[in-house]
This record gives sequence, C-alpha cells and structure tokens, in this order.
Amino acid sequence: MSKTLIRGARILGGEPQDVLIDGGTIAAVGTGLEAGDATVVEADGKILLPGLVDLHTHLREPGREDSETVLTGTRAAAVGGYTAVHAMANTFPVADTAGVVEQVWRLGKEHGYCDVQPVGAVTVGLEGKQLAELGAMADSAAGVRVFSDDGKCVDDAVIMRRALEYVKAFDGVVAQHAQEPRLTEGAQMNEGTVSGELGLTGWPAVAEESIIARDVLLAAHVGSRVHICHLSTAGSVEIVRWAKSKGWDVTAEVTPHHLLLTDELVRSYNPVYKVNPPLRTEADVMALREALADGTIDCVATDHAPHPHEDKDCEWAAAAMGMVGLETALAVVQHTMVETGLLDWAGVADRMSFRPAVIGRLAGGAPGGARGSHGRPVSAGEPANLTLVDPAYRGVVNPAGFASRSRNTPYEGIELPGQVIATFLRGKATVMDGKLT
Amino acid sequence: MKRHLISAADLTRDDAILVLDTAEEMARVADRPIKKLPTLRGRTVVNLFFEDSTRTRISFEAAAKRLSADVINFSAKGSSVSKGESLKDTALTLEAMGADAVVIRHHTSGAPHRLANSGWINGSVVNAGDGTHEHPTQALLDAFTMRRHLSGTGRDLAGRRITVVGDILHSRVARSNVLLLNTLGAEVTLVAPPTLLPIGVENWPCEISYDLNAVLAKSDAVMMLRVQRERMNAAFFPTEREYARRYGLDGTRMACLPEHAIVMHPGPMNRGMEITAEVADSPRCTAVEQVKNGVSIRMAVLYLLLGGAAPAVTGPAVTHARTEENQ
Repeated sequence: MSKTLIRGARILGGEPQDVLIDGGTIAAVGTGLEAGDATVVEADGKILLPGLVDLHTHLREPGREDSETVLTGTRAAAVGGYTAVHAMANTFPVADTAGVVEQVWRLGKEHGYCDVQPVGAVTVGLEGKQLAELGAMADSAAGVRVFSDDGKCVDDAVIMRRALEYVKAFDGVVAQHAQEPRLTEGAQMNEGTVSGELGLTGWPAVAEESIIARDVLLAAHVGSRVHICHLSTAGSVEIVRWAKSKGWDVTAEVTPHHLLLTDELVRSYNPVYKVNPPLRTEADVMALREALADGTIDCVATDHAPHPHEDKDCEWAAAAMGMVGLETALAVVQHTMVETGLLDWAGVADRMSFRPAVIGRLAGGAPGGARGSHGRPVSAGEPANLTLVDPAYRGVVNPAGFASRSRNTPYEGIELPGQVIATFLRGKATVMDGKLT
Repeated sequence: MKRHLISAADLTRDDAILVLDTAEEMARVADRPIKKLPTLRGRTVVNLFFEDSTRTRISFEAAAKRLSADVINFSAKGSSVSKGESLKDTALTLEAMGADAVVIRHHTSGAPHRLANSGWINGSVVNAGDGTHEHPTQALLDAFTMRRHLSGTGRDLAGRRITVVGDILHSRVARSNVLLLNTLGAEVTLVAPPTLLPIGVENWPCEISYDLNAVLAKSDAVMMLRVQRERMNAAFFPTEREYARRYGLDGTRMACLPEHAIVMHPGPMNRGMEITAEVADSPRCTAVEQVKNGVSIRMAVLYLLLGGAAPAVTGPAVTHARTEENQ
C-alpha cells in the first residue's frame, strides 16, 4: 500500500503537525515524523480538515446526463474537498427503488473520486401520495439512511408523519424540502420589496416556516428525527432554535449561496440567481450565518444543482432553478464564516464534515462498508479521508475551469478566498496541487 | 436618454420632460393632412409580441410608420423555451435582419431586460409591457394626458395628486406610473383591497389607501385599472359585485371629485366592474384621448432612442440625412 506524509499541516487550524497516511488509514499524527518511502506533501502551514461531507447534491444521473453525471459530479466534489456526497433522488427515473439507488451508489464506487451515498425518495415518483419502498432502499447495497422528495415538499401531513415514523426502523431520517405548495404557486423569487418592484411572483418566507413548524411538531409527536433541507429564512432559524431547545431531534442545513447572496441580485433578471428556495434578504443572510455559528443550523450543504447552459440563457421565468456549488462551497464558507470571525477551522470541520456525517449516519460505518466512514477525527487509526486547504489563496471564480459539467455558478468573476490543495479518499489522492489526479 | 427604455425608472426628470415635450411636437404632426415625418427613414423597428395586445401593437406600428421607419411585426405568442424558439434565438434572428429597435411585449416580467442586457442584440429595446413588471410608454402617455389637463408643456406634475385604483399587484401600468409620476413630482395614492397590493408596497414612493371614498376629494386625476374577473377565483376578492361596490367608480363617486379632476383608464375597460358606463362615457373620462396620445408618445420615444439629436419636427428631412451620413 502507498504511503503519504503530509508535513506541517495545521489540523483543524491547530499547530503544525505531520500526518502519515498508510494505505487507507491515518497511521500516525505527530511532529518530526519520518517520511521513509512515503510520498511527501509539504503542507507548509495549510489547514487539514476531515474530508467534507455534503448532505445535498444533485448528480443528475440517471436521466439528465446533459447537466451532470456521477463521474463529473464526483470529480467536482473532489475538487471542492468532499469525500462523500448524498445524491438527491429527483433523477429520471426517480431514486425510489433499491435498483436506482444501487446503480447510483455503484457508479460512485467505480469512479472512485468521492463516496456517493444515494438519498432515497420518500414517496413514489416524488408524487407525495404513496410511500416508496424505504426499507428496500435501506437494506440495499447502497444502505440508504437519508430520504427526501427534495425539489418537492412532502406536504401531506399524514404522509410526512408516516414517513417520519417508518424510517425509525432503520435509523433513517426524512430530509424535508420545506415549501408549502399553495403559497408558492408560480413563485419566482423571495416575496418582499424586490419582488413587488420587479413584478415577479413571490415565494414567501412563511411557506417555508409553516412547513418547518409543522414538521418539528410532527417529529416530536412521533419521536422521530427530521432534517430540514436548505433552510433560508430568519424565521426558520427561530423555529429550529425553539425545537432544539425542547430537546427534539431536529437538524438543519444551509447552502453556501444563502450565506452570501440576497434577492437584490434578482434586479438583474439574470437567471443565474434563480434558485429554490430563493435568495432572501440581508437580514436573513445574517440570521443564517449566526445560526450556523451557534450550531442552530448543523451543517452546510451545497444543494449543488447543475443545469445546462440553455436552461439559464433565457428569460427569468423560463429558466431552471438552481446553482452549482460543490467547487465553491468551502471558499464561500471561508469568506462568510471564517473571515468574519464567526467560525474557526474546527468549526468548519464540524459544520462541513463531522455533523453532516452524523446526520447521514456515515460517521460510524466501517471504512469499507456501504456507507464508508466519514466525518471522523484526524487522528491515528482513523480512515484517511482528508482535505488540505490553503486559506491564503485568493482567486476569481472562473466557471470555465470547473470539473462539473455545468457552469451555472452565481460567483463568476467574484474573488473568493481559499483553495483545496489536496483531497484524500481512503488515502488515495483524488486531488493534488489543486488538480484532479 | 439611455439606449433602452425598460423601466420608467430609466428616465430622469429631464428625460421624461424631453419625451413629453417631443410628444407634443409629434402630436402636431397628427393634425397635418399628411401625418408623416421622414425622420426614421431606412431604420427598422420590430414589434416583437409574445402576448396578444392589438392596441399596443398598432399604437407602436402607427408611431413607427409616421416616422417613416420600416416596421416588422413579429407575433410569437405562446413561444417559449418549452414550446418553441427561445427568446435568445428570436433575438438573434431579429439582429440578423438588422433591427434598429425592438419593441417587446412579453408575458413574463424581466424579458425585455434580458433582451437588452444579454448581448444578443445591438439595437434599442423598448418595453411594451412585461408580465406584471412595467409598461413605461403607458406611464408616459398617461403623464402626457395629465399634463395637458393639469399643468402644461415644458412642466412637470409637481404637487398634482394622482390616485391609482385597482389590481396594483398584477399591474405593470401601476408600477410604471408610480415611478414616473414620482419622478415628475406628483403625489400618488394607490387604492386597492389589501389582497391586490404587493408585499413591500409600503416602500414605494406613494401613499396607500383601502378606502376609495376617502381619497376622491383630494384627487386631480383618478386612474382606474382593469381588474380581471378571474382574480376572484384565486380569492383576491369575493365577487365582482363586491369589488365594484367597494372599488368601482360610478357616477356618485365621480361627483365627489374636484371639478377639474379627470378620470383615466389604460383600457381595455371592464364596464360595470371597475368603471360604470356613465363614467366611461362622461366627458371627464380621458380613455380615448389616452389612446390618441399613445401614438405621439411612442413616436417621441422611438425618435429619441433612434433619431438622436436632430430636431424631430422643425428641421427638414435633409438635416437628418446629413446626420446619418456623418455616423
């Protein structure tokens, strides 16, 4: 087995240390480790994090290979410092059977850039009417633990209740896309001052908050855990904070774009800013950052949503919703959370690796098992899923250089800090010197 | 003036007054036996209509033709990415045909903005109404009509009290009017049931009222907006009768207006809904005059966007021809 010595890395931002990787495992952590026959990576004070874990990725395969495939998506994930991603279920066909989730899982394994953990649909065809065979997906080779109709809300209260109860049998979690459908018919952007001026149909915060309020109450009632996808409003933060104060098993994620961008950008009518849930206000952005810092929001999830060029190169109303995010997530988090003093690097490791791995039940798995072993401490004996970051780097985002098949980033031409120098998946470098291996 | 007219906010006070004064000159042409100027000879204006609007289209068509422009009518109703050619491909087609100006009506908000700012075409873009966003030439012709009745050529509308009544939420006319009237110094009051006012309207440069009766006596002009009957199906108001009773303008309410006040309507009217026949047919109602003024305003806009600095009416055609040679 190959050996790698990462010399002088600041683990989670601490004092420089050496990390020796032997095969798929961290063999030793300390100062002055002997390189021997190992390949040496001079970290030179760069930050070493556990491999990042994304709870919310759209890999588009099967069905929309024109926007992304498991291969291109996992390459983008590796470039972004990720060693595990959760592939959302809204593919064609929908990932609502053991067959589809196993296919996606196997593709990830074959390509070897990043572990792919499929998310199973909660209901057949994402229709919200009949539960999908959740147990079959849980028992499949893919070992599904996260279930979501993401893209659509499980809006029927009874279906949601049953799903929350049912997945307890295999320690699953329902990840809710909180969007009350009637309040958001034809919605194009955040409902507020800007939507009123632009004449675009509003997506009110209450459409998210009312579903979250209902679902945390449901989860408490049936004693289940619930995860809230892409939480986007200050009001949602308050509800989750309240639910957690009750001791209920509620977790939540926020996307990088909701930590940085606001609905003022929609004034350009440039569909690159069209996303669901929509970009909100400055006050929401600040509340989300604060909630991520104090732990009310558990983790950052990209909601990486690739779309082909023609689906964005059109008028606003005709454009698809979503942004790519895997390759810029860490940079946006450094910009919005680290450089503002809200999180240190240990906090980044917690919100982008440890906690999402726990929510997805990846943190306890055997290294070779279906769900891998991610979000583990950087210490001897642990699996070598690692990300080396240069926080001093400054660069302008250039989508032409993306590993993703799609280019629909809202950050084109913007300077963001930080660069992933190397990513290790079970000891194998998927990225070295900032480039795919 | 900017190169495009997408929003009434694109116009400074001086721009707006220039358009209105130019329209006054254009209006005089309409009184001549030959209603035609050579000003835009050899220029091509495309009317690109993704939504049916015979009134607005023929108004722009008449305006362009009176300026001697070549006019191409491109009706692309129902066209969209899912159903047919994309806006981009349509734009590239028009560009290839050498359109100097594209007058666009589109069923979605922001489409003219995209057309003007995406690098697809080089010509000027005039917004002839986009979704529930804006309709700036309508606001200009409304201001033109108000100015004729309430102030005069060369002047703004400072201190004039304008009341706009109806479906503000879905009205591009209301949005453009609020912006332009504010630029011209008028005091605007919007009157509607709360369901038909957008969230955030309190930040607009105008007053809000739910009570039509309370504002009539303080209005120099009342603009009644068309209210679509389908709105009640989405519970914006209970019934047509209730809407007419609370927000419709009838003879009794019209009598509460100051003597000099005018009643305006952008058309088409829903008689019996937002306006009774008695009011619509009264001499105080300027609806027909507005249509007439629309041609003058659109002539002024096309002239100013395409013609540049040459005098519009007073100078002979030769002057403009020389200008073209110099370009």
